Amino acid sequence: MADESNPQDDPHGPGVPAAGSILYLDGVTVSFDGFKALNNLSLVLEPGELRTIVGPNGAGKTTMMDVITGKTRPDSGDVLFDQQVDLTRLEESAIANLGIGRKFQKPTVFEHLSVFDNLELALKAERGAFATLMFLLKGEQRDRIQATLGRIGLADKSGQLAGALSHGQKQWLEIGMLLMQDQRLLLLDEPVAGMTDAETEATAALILDLARDGTRSLVVVEHDMEFVRALGAKVTVLHEGSVLAEGSLETIQADAKVVEVYLGR
Amino acid sequence: MSLSTRLLATHDRRLWLGLGALALLLLGVVPALNLAVPPDSALHVPNYVVTLLGKYLCYATLALAMDLVWGYCGVLSLGHGAFFALGGYAMGMFMMRSIGTRGVYGNADLPDFMVFLNWKELPWYWLGFDHFWFAALMALAVPGALALVFGWLAFRSRITGVYLSIITQAMTYALMLAFFRNEMGFGGNNGLTDFKDILGFPLSQPSTKLGLYLLSALVLGLAFLLVRFVVTSKLGRVMMAVRDAESRVRFLGYSPTAVKLFAFTLSAMLAGLAGALYVPQVGIINPGEFSPANSIEIAIWVAVGGRGTLVGAVLGAFAVNGAKTWLTGAAPELWLFLLGALFIAVTLGLPKGLLGLLRTNKHG
Repeated sequence: MADESNPQDDPHGPGVPAAGSILYLDGVTVSFDGFKALNNLSLVLEPGELRTIVGPNGAGKTTMMDVITGKTRPDSGDVLFDQQVDLTRLEESAIANLGIGRKFQKPTVFEHLSVFDNLELALKAERGAFATLMFLLKGEQRDRIQATLGRIGLADKSGQLAGALSHGQKQWLEIGMLLMQDQRLLLLDEPVAGMTDAETEATAALILDLARDGTRSLVVVEHDMEFVRALGAKVTVLHEGSVLAEGSLETIQADAKVVEVYLGR
Repeated sequence: MSLSTRLLATHDRRLWLGLGALALLLLGVVPALNLAVPPDSALHVPNYVVTLLGKYLCYATLALAMDLVWGYCGVLSLGHGAFFALGGYAMGMFMMRSIGTRGVYGNADLPDFMVFLNWKELPWYWLGFDHFWFAALMALAVPGALALVFGWLAFRSRITGVYLSIITQAMTYALMLAFFRNEMGFGGNNGLTDFKDILGFPLSQPSTKLGLYLLSALVLGLAFLLVRFVVTSKLGRVMMAVRDAESRVRFLGYSPTAVKLFAFTLSAMLAGLAGALYVPQVGIINPGEFSPANSIEIAIWVAVGGRGTLVGAVLGAFAVNGAKTWLTGAAPELWLFLLGALFIAVTLGLPKGLLGLLRTNKHG
């Protein structure tokens, strides 16, 4: 099945270096006024994989997510989803509809809508204006929203305005919205920022739960090392826009270059 | 069935009772007091009041259109007067064609102003306007098409906020200048006027005026139900999401361009409909209706009544225009100052408008 990729769509011809990947970044460079936010970044994610990405401020973590979700166009390099879809040519909404979901660093939920309505908007369904106008929530879809509400711990907040939630609850609601979208690749930018220890633990459990069934791939960007340890996944260290090291947390922490970047200044 | 349930479900019964009472007042009590009560009675509603209320009803429909696109979708259009005027011109053209040989020059083929300009034949864009159905269709289609093209160009280029407001002002201003020109073929400075009748009903007859008033009330009611249907749908919630966090909506897979274009176009068509009902009641349409200040005034009605509530838009249109009618009679030089002061007061002190004030008082 992987061999069916159309050679005409692939700049590298058959042979496909991206074979078997869900996300493939190769030589991606983004510069803003001469500053290279991403510098020849390459990263491959396998289907069903959970990956954590760490790195000091300005390492390019958020820019990388911007490139994957179509918010920023790279100056050069390839960004392929599912082996063959070129993400550098698509609009944000088209990329979202391909199956890539994103949770932002600063939680952004629709504050004037109820928690339930936020999830309903995210629910996978026809996105056209007329289809949305005529949309009627079916019983099974309502059940799915209820189930997700339970999963993200907001079952008793269903009718409350999202703007009235606590910071941590907004983070969870945003993760819940990703779940409703049925995405194959989830990008989570600092999902536990501003959370209490208990909330952080619950979030780690939720993410591990999501990764367990192998139907979706997750990329988690995080500063909190305890959280990264709790996830126990392969870690990629970014530094000045490129990959500095990759491996298990133990390998990374023993790496002299990483220690220097993190502790040397 | 499910659609009507959706319309009725949200919001309390008091709202629907209030609207029912208003409908009864406008459709039953006012005509009864106009027709059945003798003119010397204190309860009699004179003909001029009926026409005045008819005008307000058209303004209220226009305000609803504005609330859809601004209050719910966050697009502050300051060019809605243009859509209103275009709808008005379409109906005006029909009534011009209906004059026939009763004009000053008695020319059956050309309106008076064209004879005066020494034109020999009707321009192509006047063809079809001797049919009511065509004019009615154009009153919706022309504003709709303009909104679709203009909106597509603006929203696709991600022009938002104050920049969008400014280019919509430029749009209505440009149209005003164009319609002022005699060569455009819409009567230039004088516009279209001296209408005789509409569909055979003489416009000078009180019964015709009452009929137009009743039609305006009916259209306002239907427009309210239509807009309410849109804003209570999932699309309505996507509109609010676009209003509050447009870029986030993109990452959910919705196209804000499509959502805004839908709201903008539907709103422009409603504005055109309001204009088409307005012109037979005031008996004239001229390029002054395109003036940028008119469009700003529409935004003020909605802000005063309360944005994003629909009921507030109707309330604001009635309140501000009622005040305008009274004050331009009592102290005309003060009106613009009051309008400006009103806008500042509402922006600073009443972000939710009159409706917000009523609601707080009820709870507090």
